[in-house]
Amino acid sequence: MARIDLVDLAHSYGGNDAPQETFALKPVTMTWRQGGAYALLGPSGCGKTTLLNVISGIITPSRGKILFDDKDITPLSTQKRNIAQVFQFPVIYDTMTVGQNLAFPLKNRGVPKAEIDKRVAEIGRLLDLEPYLNRKATRLTADAKQKISLGRGLVRSDVAAVLFDEPLTVIDPELKWQLRSKLKALHRELDLTMIYVTHDQTEALTFADTVVVMHDGRVVQSGTPAELFDKPAHTFVGYFIGSPGMNILPAEVKGREARIDGHVIALNRSYDSLPAAAKIEIGVRPEFVEVVAPTPGLLTAKIERLDDLGRIRFARARLGDAKLAARAPAGFTSSDGTAGLKFDPAHIHVYADSLLVEGAA
Amino acid sequence: MDKTINQKAWFLVLPVFLVVAFSAVLPLMTVVNYSMQDTFGNNQFFWNGVGWFKELLDPSTDLGGRFLASLGRNLFFSLVILAIEVPLGIVVALSMPRQGWTVAACLVILALPLLIPWNVVGTIWQIFGRPDIGLLGYVLNAIGIDYNYVSNDIDAWVTVIVMDVWHWTSLVALLCYAGLKSIPEAYYQAAQIDGASRWAVFKAIQLPKMNRVLLIAVLLRFMDSFMIYTEPFVVTGGGPGNSTTFVSIELVKIALGQFDLGKAAALSLVYNLIILIVCWIFYTVMTNAGNERKPQEGAV
Repeated sequence: MARIDLVDLAHSYGGNDAPQETFALKPVTMTWRQGGAYALLGPSGCGKTTLLNVISGIITPSRGKILFDDKDITPLSTQKRNIAQVFQFPVIYDTMTVGQNLAFPLKNRGVPKAEIDKRVAEIGRLLDLEPYLNRKATRLTADAKQKISLGRGLVRSDVAAVLFDEPLTVIDPELKWQLRSKLKALHRELDLTMIYVTHDQTEALTFADTVVVMHDGRVVQSGTPAELFDKPAHTFVGYFIGSPGMNILPAEVKGREARIDGHVIALNRSYDSLPAAAKIEIGVRPEFVEVVAPTPGLLTAKIERLDDLGRIRFARARLGDAKLAARAPAGFTSSDGTAGLKFDPAHIHVYADSLLVEGAA
Repeated sequence: MDKTINQKAWFLVLPVFLVVAFSAVLPLMTVVNYSMQDTFGNNQFFWNGVGWFKELLDPSTDLGGRFLASLGRNLFFSLVILAIEVPLGIVVALSMPRQGWTVAACLVILALPLLIPWNVVGTIWQIFGRPDIGLLGYVLNAIGIDYNYVSNDIDAWVTVIVMDVWHWTSLVALLCYAGLKSIPEAYYQAAQIDGASRWAVFKAIQLPKMNRVLLIAVLLRFMDSFMIYTEPFVVTGGGPGNSTTFVSIELVKIALGQFDLGKAAALSLVYNLIILIVCWIFYTVMTNAGNERKPQEGAV
């Protein structure tokens, strides 16, 4: 049980002298609360697995420190850290039974036999593996194997955090739900810090109470799912989270107005001191843009197609070079393939060089 | 379902039948034919029934005594080289680098002995071990070890075994290395997190994952060493006395030395049968090991 602090942590596979742009993990300082359920979300190659491996000690970071409850554990080997990790593909010791698999980490640490038996029985019960304890682990299905991998982490009573590296990749979709709810239940029951790496936003948003979004080796935002949805701190977050993602449109912003192609879009807040050289964009989620019949004064877009998601319809449109998605109200049709766009001013965000700018009230 | 009857198919498989008949069946049948007869030269043959086979399995006769003694020597030889080459091959594979240019260098060095023809290997060791001009033999005698593979039984055995280890450990090592390379990195990382010692990693991960290649290695090495002929023939010629006369050497002595075609044919058939049976046992063990790995449907 511990709080985990990352202090100016960075890692480069090419050594510290490599230019910082090439770092797999760019400097990050953040705190992981004891007992939190975190998701590390980002596309492939964004550095999330590197960060996870740095925390578990498989990789020694080229810069910075990791503190467990204020104790610097950066130089410690994986064995000496109280970390459990579940990998993408189930790791099972083939020759052992399920019970022996679960006992393995304790046996390696010289725990007395009676204590091992007690822990194994307890974890077997928690993970619903009881009927299989005496069976060979190789003969089980992928999700059972993944549970055993998890069990080997949980069986140690001193474990500070459980790290998951895309653990559901090889699991059937219907079982994914079951296993994920099992993880949530375990999290509540055991009060463990859990860090869950994934590139699947549904997985991240349903599992975690704090989602950490990574992009290009950098932590771009960390917050609750609602925060990520309502107020993306980076255009990447807006685009990556939500389906369809946030519309990002180049615009000129001055005071309480944004201009696209000479059309004025009202903003709720005032943006007066935007950096001069920065690339200015506005971001608005498709849920807060509506397509209506073309009306003078409204921005006009070309409709490419309508996606019917059942409960809601999204129009895929084109505005100059930019692509855009917008909510299509019931009964909306377009006679000539164009439509007017109605923006909800309360949900328009302004980005300078991809970073969110807070406007003045 | 109705079976399609197409007699043309027979013509298509006919070439295969012919090739197999001439390359395998006819020679084998000739051997079977010889094994039932005795000859005193001049192409005169006399019917002997299963006489030779009875003699072969009876240690009190000359033929049976020689066959069973050489069979015993051969089995002992195979067991000794397996006991040395398999653990040694595993150790070599474990200590090989996993990446970098050294991998290629190691692979080339390991592959070298495998590329040398048997009789050349025999010649190399025959000269290498000579006490008068061979580097190994001369040095051993110079430091006070009385070593002479021509006159001493044990020295001859040691030479033949060391030669086989030198020639074939690479094969075991390369097979094991391939097995080791197929283990995903996550296994080692998980073992690290589970606090496993080096020995525990070997026992829990590396050895089970090498299981199948090791079986293949054992099979190949057993078969090869059980059929060994050229190398010991070149080095010791089966001597001193009969001490390194393995089954194949005995067979050649009977067939070509004494021209006892009947005895030699019977011996070949029994020899062949032993190899077939061992092959079958290995095959059964290997396929069963494969079946065990299939995940059970509906478990959990």
